[in-house]
Amino acid sequence: MTFEIRDIHKSFAGTEVLKGVSLSLEKGEFIALLGPSGSGKTTLLNIVAGLAHADSGSLVFDGEDITRQPAGQRHFGMVFQSYALFRHMTVAQNIGFGLKVMKGGPSRAEIDRRVAELLEMIELPGLADRFPAQLSGGQRQRVAMARALAIRPRLLLMDEPFSALDAQVRVSLRSEVRALQRRAGVGAIMVTHDRAEADALADRIAIMDQGRIVTIETPEQVA
Amino acid sequence: MARILLILLATLFLALMVVLPVVAIFHRAFAEGWGTYLASILDPETLAAIRLTVIAALIVLPLNIVFGVASAWVIARYRFPGRRALLVLVELPFAVSPIVAGLCFLLIYGAYGPVGAALEPFGVQLMFNLTGIVLVSLFVTCPFVMREILPVLMVTGEDEEKAALTLGANGWQIFRHVVLPNISWGLAYGTVLTMARAMGEFGAVSVVSGAIRGQTMTLPLQIELLYNDYNATGAFAAATVLTGLALVTLALRGLLERFGPRRAH
Repeated sequence: MTFEIRDIHKSFAGTEVLKGVSLSLEKGEFIALLGPSGSGKTTLLNIVAGLAHADSGSLVFDGEDITRQPAGQRHFGMVFQSYALFRHMTVAQNIGFGLKVMKGGPSRAEIDRRVAELLEMIELPGLADRFPAQLSGGQRQRVAMARALAIRPRLLLMDEPFSALDAQVRVSLRSEVRALQRRAGVGAIMVTHDRAEADALADRIAIMDQGRIVTIETPEQVA
Repeated sequence: MARILLILLATLFLALMVVLPVVAIFHRAFAEGWGTYLASILDPETLAAIRLTVIAALIVLPLNIVFGVASAWVIARYRFPGRRALLVLVELPFAVSPIVAGLCFLLIYGAYGPVGAALEPFGVQLMFNLTGIVLVSLFVTCPFVMREILPVLMVTGEDEEKAALTLGANGWQIFRHVVLPNISWGLAYGTVLTMARAMGEFGAVSVVSGAIRGQTMTLPLQIELLYNDYNATGAFAAATVLTGLALVTLALRGLLERFGPRRAH
């Protein structure tokens, strides 16, 4: 099971923000896209998610060309920088949303069970009926993670998932996110501009600059 | 001391300019007793006017909601040439005097206007009937719903919609479960304002209604007619109905402002 990004080009208003990006992801692998703002990493993530479309190039998942597949059919879980939790839904409703809107999806009882299981996994079992506004930043981040994992995605996408958190929470959440991803057995692409974050989480780090992947490294060993 | 003086001044002003006239309406309407009041309200022409006003408002309301939500959506979520112009254009009905608006409609959709003349051979008449009343009411109320929703859509941003999209929701599900709950209070508020304006509109409607007694008279027009007929009791009785509707609207508005959730953020 692999995911391949092949020679993606993208321009906005005459400015080329992606100049032929290729990358491949092994099963269960965690890749960090590291680079300064404006390097094109978020655009690349949006194209992978199906929220933006490449001018040329293709995306291939398990041999299937998904370049033109709508976002909803890709079955990729996405964690947004702002978390984008549904503000008028409870934590449980947020996590269960993807299952609820699924065509021929699970029954209500099954959804409840899955939601309870995920709440257990993110260690917030008592907060099912809270609203996002009543949660701390770290809790929101974990709910966003659980919501993305609820649909048992084929790939997990994360856009600066820790940037809205204070430094202490940020570090403690890293290992948690890594553990959740491992447990779900799902490949992940994370956009970040923080080298330490990439080192702590990723199997490989793709360093981007000015619309290109400059090098691909393995993380430096952290003592 | 200055504070007390200012409070007194403000109270006096409100009493003279707002409270007194409203009280006077009811006082005058009931001056000749309940019997006369009821007889005035139950007058077939007045009843017909009430019915027409309510029917017109009930047609305008859903159309306004659909167009208001659609235009707010387009302006909030898409970038396209002419977006700013559209934003200004939607506000135009606020700036144009209703009577001028009515005349414009007559000019275009009337029997001698380009659209009206083109439709006439088919037996379609747009002015001097319910259609005309609905059309001008749509014009004067068109900004209300849109204006209430647009800022909410701008503030909430589109991340939630994107998240729903990646979770597999289709367009309708996104609207139903994500967008609608976010804009519901604004929508309710805009709807109340639209309702009040649609029922109370005089100027624009007076131009296009044709003022056929018992047929194309809306409540505000009927009130003027009765008053000009030296039937002051009848006019004020009818006015209590319109005032009553306005007070209900005001109460609804107050409730919405008070209980509208500020849960977001």
